[in-house]
Amino acid sequence: MKSLLDWIDHRTGIRSLTREALFENIPGGSRWRYVWGSTLTFTIFIQFVTGVFLWMGYSASSGDAWESVNYIQNEMTGGWLLRGIHHWTAQLMPVLLLLHLMQVVIDGAYKAPREVNYWFGVLLLLLVLALSLTGYLLPWDQKGFWATRVATNLMNLVPFVGPEMQKLVVGGTEYGHHTLTRFFALHAGVLPGLLVLLIVGHIYLFRRHGITPAEPVIKRDAYFWPDQVFKDTVACLAVMVAVLAVVISVPGAHLGSPADPSEPFSAARPDWYFLFLFQFLKLPFFAGDKEVWGAIYIPGIAVGFICLMPFIGRWKLGHVFNIGIIFVFLGGAGALTYLAKQEDVAGPNSAMYLRGVLGDTRDARRVTALAKARGIESTALSLLKDDPKTQGARLFAQHCASCHRYDGHDGLAVELASAVTLDELENRIGIMTRFFSGDAVHPDWLARKSGTQNPWQTVQSILDAETDGKFDVIASIELQEKQSAPDLKGFATEQWISDLLDPHQYISSRYFGGTTHKDGDMYKKFLNRKVSKYDAEQRNMLESIAVALSAQAKLPGQAVTDQVDAERIRKGIQYLEDDIGCIDCHAFGEPDPDADGPDLTGYGSRQWIVDFVKNPEHEKFYPDNNDRMPAFGVKKILTDKEIGLIADWLRGDYFKLPVDAQGH
Amino acid sequence: MDNQEENQVEPSGPGVDESVGQAEEPMAPAEPDTPEAAGERRGFIKFFCAFIGTFISVVPFGAGIWAYLDPLAKREGGVGDGFIKVTTLDAIPTDGTPAKFAVVADKVDAWNRFTNVSIGAVYLRLVDGVPKALHTICPHLGCFVDYRQGKNDFFCPCHNSNFKLDGSLAKGVSPRAMDVLQIEVRNKTEVWVKFQNFQPGHSHAVSIS
Repeated sequence: MKSLLDWIDHRTGIRSLTREALFENIPGGSRWRYVWGSTLTFTIFIQFVTGVFLWMGYSASSGDAWESVNYIQNEMTGGWLLRGIHHWTAQLMPVLLLLHLMQVVIDGAYKAPREVNYWFGVLLLLLVLALSLTGYLLPWDQKGFWATRVATNLMNLVPFVGPEMQKLVVGGTEYGHHTLTRFFALHAGVLPGLLVLLIVGHIYLFRRHGITPAEPVIKRDAYFWPDQVFKDTVACLAVMVAVLAVVISVPGAHLGSPADPSEPFSAARPDWYFLFLFQFLKLPFFAGDKEVWGAIYIPGIAVGFICLMPFIGRWKLGHVFNIGIIFVFLGGAGALTYLAKQEDVAGPNSAMYLRGVLGDTRDARRVTALAKARGIESTALSLLKDDPKTQGARLFAQHCASCHRYDGHDGLAVELASAVTLDELENRIGIMTRFFSGDAVHPDWLARKSGTQNPWQTVQSILDAETDGKFDVIASIELQEKQSAPDLKGFATEQWISDLLDPHQYISSRYFGGTTHKDGDMYKKFLNRKVSKYDAEQRNMLESIAVALSAQAKLPGQAVTDQVDAERIRKGIQYLEDDIGCIDCHAFGEPDPDADGPDLTGYGSRQWIVDFVKNPEHEKFYPDNNDRMPAFGVKKILTDKEIGLIADWLRGDYFKLPVDAQGH
Repeated sequence: MDNQEENQVEPSGPGVDESVGQAEEPMAPAEPDTPEAAGERRGFIKFFCAFIGTFISVVPFGAGIWAYLDPLAKREGGVGDGFIKVTTLDAIPTDGTPAKFAVVADKVDAWNRFTNVSIGAVYLRLVDGVPKALHTICPHLGCFVDYRQGKNDFFCPCHNSNFKLDGSLAKGVSPRAMDVLQIEVRNKTEVWVKFQNFQPGHSHAVSIS
């Protein structure tokens, strides 16, 4: 063994190299404050290793990037761990960089003869930030997509060559395949290459000039090995444990819903360590054509100033001044970061921001489950666009919710909590919860008593009223337009029809209270005049009609009960045609040109809803007495496919998530 | 770098800033141990450094290798009985010469699921009116075997293996005959083939799954 080592040493000089590496003199002995450089080197090592392995699963194209990252995160064995380590280590690096910079400035390690090494360090800091910026886009999710658009649009402001620079970085005028291939080449090739070169230079110069001892130097000198190596190892272990703890608890790293240029994302933000710059640009001073100052000149001057610190530090008070400036920068950036976050979670538009975050998480879960269950034939985005649960709700919110409601909201509410007490509600709106927890509730969101049909109220008004009970909360704000058409949650279900046939409910805002139908024959001549005086037997008949009519819809959610209730449905149809006489005004089974009310044949079926939305004034529906509903199909407001998506969503006819499909 | 070298490199005298000068002051009475003495100190610390250092360096590799081994953990699931409808009897030449047919099926490629795409090809020929199927992939190292019309045989253009029409090896380096695939005629005219790939290089066909 020894002779083998001797041979290797003779040919390579490995022993003297190791000796040089380990027996670096440390004036004043080892110290905990010297660990930051080593922890940074360690994190860069982690990023290189995990990055190369992630590379093996990543595909840099706009049709595959999200899909491949989702595959790594949710399908690949251990992929979530790999991606999680890469992501969360990246989150930790800015903190370590800052600590390292502060230690260098406070200990005066930037002074002669170490200026060049200090500049290497500043360049490394900028390189790591550039790596973060380029890496943020690669998953091609909404967050990365919109945040990167903002970041690259800022390049437009660079004097003289801005627009050309942006075009080169983006790979054209549109964000797409070439944006990803270029960002990926920067992230995995160019920037890491430069990083390695600079680190080699940084460590070489560090060794050349030796460590700058922190004052006062009390202890005796020691070698790098083993005392400082021990402290460095403990610090690196702490880094690894912290990262693993977060990765395992998440688990992995968040992946938003796929990038969609047509879908707004109210929570587009850069990663947290760029928030201060983001907030900086919101200052009124930088309005209009002065933005270039906030985006380019002032940050440029700040970096320039940091580079000049070694020269300023030559003067007696210069060093103190430098330390002061570092703390001013830090305080300023900290305050701006706080303000940015505070504005997001508690500012005037915070309800929108927080809802954007929740909506994105919901869509991301949905598309992940769809991808798992069905595979992706073209892109993940098309899975969402063709998914009635997602797209039907979006179309409803855009085109229908100005009059209609879906369970009291616009169809896009995210269910947040059910059966929470007043105290818990109070806790969840707390500013600390909003800052740090995913369970936060905004006071402007809506809540109602659990297990009731009560109207939704704002969480704030419930807290103000101090009503007893338990509450369900949804992430939705009160809509500006008042409800003026039926609430379509559960449309054509037995319950929905049964309630419709209740005279009080019919003219309530839940059904036709906001429409001209409240004064129509259905209410006046039938519900008010007859049904309100029905005895128990007649009421029972009416219930059977509700069941029979609901069976016409062939709702997927009622497939079993429709079979069980076959006999009741048969009787219901008999009551509908004969005993109660619905067909006096409605067509049923065959066309009836004299009918005033909507055709009940196939009521609530996909075809019925599609035909109705296409043209409510069709002779089958309301040829003479349509209230305000536009003919969405005839007027080409919606395509046939879009109307179909709305119909499927209302009917609950879409892929249901198996509980275990959500994975990591 | 030992202390002597360190002192040579470290500039001293005029031009060195105040802080470095101050820092060097206490060094004189506090010379560190010789490297040998330091090297022998504190066995536990050294053990800790080696053990923990190895552990934390292995973690990112471990996560990477775990994910890299993903293909070994996945098995390709066949659909139904594995038979795929390839063509009809009428499409196969009646004179006994083989014809190549694409095998079209649904395919899962990592995150994508494609419907009705080519997943391979088979040679079909009629022997006394009964269809026979051969895989088009050479059992030697996986090249696509050609049918040579003039010589009426199969020929692998990579390493020159020659196969007879029934798939048996005539000449060459292939370790086995061309792979025979199970075939069924359904509904009188439909030709269904149990399409599967085999590991190349072995003397016996071993299915890849």
